[in-house]
Amino acid sequence: MTETVISTPTHLRTPGTDTRGSTGRWPTYAVGFAIAAGLTAASFVLAANHWLTPASLVAALVVLAIAQMIVHLIFFLHITTAPAQKTNILALLLTLLIISLVVIGSLWIMAQLNAHMVPMDQLMQMQR
Amino acid sequence: MTDVSITPASERAPERYHPATKLGVTGFGFYVYLLSDAILFSALFATFAVLKTATAGGPTARDLFELKTVGLETACLLTSSFVCGLAMQAAEARRPRELAALLCVVFALGAGFLGLEIREFAGMMAAGAGPDRSAFLSAFFALVGAHGLHITVGLIWIGVLLIHVTTMGLSESYFRRLFCFSLFWHVLDVVWIAIFTFVYLLGIQP
Repeated sequence: MTETVISTPTHLRTPGTDTRGSTGRWPTYAVGFAIAAGLTAASFVLAANHWLTPASLVAALVVLAIAQMIVHLIFFLHITTAPAQKTNILALLLTLLIISLVVIGSLWIMAQLNAHMVPMDQLMQMQR
Repeated sequence: MTDVSITPASERAPERYHPATKLGVTGFGFYVYLLSDAILFSALFATFAVLKTATAGGPTARDLFELKTVGLETACLLTSSFVCGLAMQAAEARRPRELAALLCVVFALGAGFLGLEIREFAGMMAAGAGPDRSAFLSAFFALVGAHGLHITVGLIWIGVLLIHVTTMGLSESYFRRLFCFSLFWHVLDVVWIAIFTFVYLLGIQP
């Protein structure tokens, strides 16, 4: 049985990365770089100018940041939804879950504590 | 638990599974380390987000941050990430000379980023806005400093990779190390996206 299906050297076949060679092709990088640079420039231009209302500016910057991260993951780190990448995607999703628990949990708890805190001037009164 | 799809079924030889390659196993292990590093950064981000307004009457983000410096830093890091990808291509195509040249470019851009960051930190400390001034600044220096420390480690790593490729050439184990480095460098760029968006760009808004 000859293994004619295998087109890349064995040392380049890797779980979780593109089996056509672990690093993609240079046009992929160029496209990714162009998109990432465009999105980054958009973030800076929006932040430097006062075209948007504060709330919509925050939303726009957050969306742009997430878009940039996704572009980096796809074009530079070669994370895709291919079945071969199941382990990578699962690890990434678990990490995202932990990160959101840490960040959202911290902000929530600290905001609650802050809201229930006795105001400083009243605290001084009570200590008197 | 026998069928963990490491390679797609269509790519497999009909009669047997391919065992995971060393590059694949090392790459995945390093990827898991990088994910745990991302969790570390998320804790620092959470700290910063909580303490953002705790300036203790000292300078605020709006007084301290300059968009021009941040923009230059971002350009350095994004370009170096792209060139790092090209370096991986050169390594895969077995062109050690091109690889060494590209690694030098990655190093120069990374060093440029670090230089700008050190200048920014020194300027802030000279203006009395060091990490000891307020909780906000402590959190800022911890978060951005942790990223800068990672970049420093990355620069040392590039140095080692350069010496290795010029003296011993491209071996399989070298490719594995380079692969891990490229993952490390790309992830640092992803962390920087979060830093410049949430710390700088949103920080300077009134």
